Amino acid sequence: MSKASETIDSFVNREYSYGFVTDVEQDSAPPGLNEDIIRFISKKKEEPDFMVDWRLRAYRYWRTLEVPTWAKVYFPPIDFQSIVYYSAPKQRGEGPQSLDDVDPKLLETYEKLGIPLKEQERLAGVAVDAVFDSVSVGTTFQDKLAEQGIIFCSISEALQNHPELVEKYIGTVVPYTDNFFASLNSAVFTDGSFCYIPKGVKCPMELSTYFRINAANTGQFERTLIVAEEGSSVSYLEGCTAPQRDENQLHAAVVELLALDDAQIKYSTVQNWYPGDEEGKGGIYNFVTKRGLCKGRNSKISWTQVETGSAITWKYPSCVLVGDNSVGEFYSVALTNKYQQADTGTKMTHIGKNTRSTVVSKGISAGHGQNSYRGLVKFNKNADNARNFSQCDSLLIGDQSGAHTFPYIEGRNPTTSVEHEATTSKIGEDQIFYCNQRGISTQDAVNMIVNGYCKEVFQQLPMEFAVEAQKLLGVSLEGSVG
Amino acid sequence: MLEIKDLKAGVEGTSILEGVNLSVKAGEVHAIMGPNGSGKSTLAQILAGRDGYEVTGGSATFEGKDLLELEPDERAKEGLFLAFQYPVEIPGVNSSYFLKAALNEVRKHRGEPEMDAVEFLQFVKEKMKLLDLREDFLKRPVNEGFSGGEKKRNEIFQMAVLQPKLAILDETDSGLDIDALKVVSSGVNRLKSQDNAQLIITHYQRLLNYIVPDYVHVLYQGQIIRSGGKDLALELEEKGYDWINEERSQPA
Repeated sequence: MSKASETIDSFVNREYSYGFVTDVEQDSAPPGLNEDIIRFISKKKEEPDFMVDWRLRAYRYWRTLEVPTWAKVYFPPIDFQSIVYYSAPKQRGEGPQSLDDVDPKLLETYEKLGIPLKEQERLAGVAVDAVFDSVSVGTTFQDKLAEQGIIFCSISEALQNHPELVEKYIGTVVPYTDNFFASLNSAVFTDGSFCYIPKGVKCPMELSTYFRINAANTGQFERTLIVAEEGSSVSYLEGCTAPQRDENQLHAAVVELLALDDAQIKYSTVQNWYPGDEEGKGGIYNFVTKRGLCKGRNSKISWTQVETGSAITWKYPSCVLVGDNSVGEFYSVALTNKYQQADTGTKMTHIGKNTRSTVVSKGISAGHGQNSYRGLVKFNKNADNARNFSQCDSLLIGDQSGAHTFPYIEGRNPTTSVEHEATTSKIGEDQIFYCNQRGISTQDAVNMIVNGYCKEVFQQLPMEFAVEAQKLLGVSLEGSVG
Repeated sequence: MLEIKDLKAGVEGTSILEGVNLSVKAGEVHAIMGPNGSGKSTLAQILAGRDGYEVTGGSATFEGKDLLELEPDERAKEGLFLAFQYPVEIPGVNSSYFLKAALNEVRKHRGEPEMDAVEFLQFVKEKMKLLDLREDFLKRPVNEGFSGGEKKRNEIFQMAVLQPKLAILDETDSGLDIDALKVVSSGVNRLKSQDNAQLIITHYQRLLNYIVPDYVHVLYQGQIIRSGGKDLALELEEKGYDWINEERSQPA
């Protein structure tokens, strides 16, 4: 027996040793998590060996960890053994047959956001025979990218077609040992995006998951990896302003960005997962690890996020500024209404010389929402002349909501400088009355004031995304004033 | 147009207006004068519908409608405009966006078509000349970083755009230097027509040199204690408010 088949043998035997067989033909794994489930996922996805090994290492490490409790969010204990970690993409024929079968409330919201009919069908998961616009657009789009050597596909496809790139870069920015949820994601992620911009290429268009074939059903453990080679640049859009429903309550995504010398990555997110009902029941738990590594000199990574959905948001898109003169940016709007909780912010770690970072965070709390900004600005001892500017503003609507700010600054280099500004304000009755007196209703006045408050962040978004984000804030704020 | 009858109101149990009577018809300019604390601004705020005041008696009708029953934005849409004594800053919201939203609300209410951005811009440019405003004004956030004079000019500019039936000017002259006062007054005068009315609330006679009222009323301790023509303002300026009060307390 050859060495290789021996390994396979022991591999198979080990599966049995757990007294549990998973049929590869099966569409879903049973609930729960163990090494067999991880092998099953990897096998289903026909992944290369390095991937399953990496997943297993992550799983073994994850088992030594406990759910972090430092964030200012409250939720009942999660039973990780009751979660189904793999189920095959839904077949056509399942789900609603037409928009008539879809929750009218959801349709009403789509209407308000001005989402085209075809897109409404896609979002609501309606089974349609016609080829989606987005798919056909997606195809021509991919050809155009391929001409320039840009790889933009699902991470599953990347594992098939470019395994060497995935192996080289996965886990280099967010290692599987990073934190509880990142470890879990590393063990069980089912899909996500992969994007590779070759040396010197400026990506000619905004890349968006929306235009990616197979974008649907990326599942609750999404993994995204973007690599920008020397001198390249890319702008990436994640998410969608339309409310997204998902039967999975727990979401734990990982996003890794890597920028080499003179490269730039701009990453924009609009997150609008189901926030739960008026009483705070249901809603997505969104525990995300996002990090960008400015490895090269003069590189730049910029995060912009508009977070309006999810019952719980736990998310700190960060930048590690290793390359000299590299730049990190974080622009955030986080809105909590009803009983939503958000603990979000960023970490800017300055390692290289003359590194610069900017943090602009706008928290909005309405209803019973609780909103925390948590940020760390860290200067390592070699970060000569590094600079940070942070601005953290909180806006309160009503008297039941809460805003909290936890800024941390660590400095080990005397030549660095940091500026921190923070404000907390309430939408004034004066402001609302002033708008009323000009004929503008209270709800419209609140939307206008909130959008004005968020302007600095919206300016960072690509144009049409910014317009949608404004509408989204309006819809999310409905009912926040009496 | 506006009929106020025996209006009594206060705030947190303290009575401020103690039975105000006032009748304003289309084409008229009325001035309400009075010393500090007489209830002038309270009257303006109550007519505009500000929260926090309690109406304890009397009535106010506007174009036949019970004004006190309407929400503040409904009053505005009906054509009641208040030029604020202290205009409010709305950071990040540019003036053009704000004013277009307001104008279209009012137009919708009147059954007129909404204006698109191009029509709006043409429309407001005319009005800006009236108040001697620079073009970049529209791009600036509402009242943010404006000087006192700019804020007041902005109020009258908004009035020019919204074309209300009744404009209440609450101490529009306060904080204005003489040049700004002239610009603001000439704006107000040019907006006057046979179909609209103006209610000028002021502490000093100075403004009334530029905006000449048809009627002058003196509000004192929550009541209009004297009404007359424009000469009354001059008399007040000369003799002070105590004069009326003393005159009142003496038997006729």
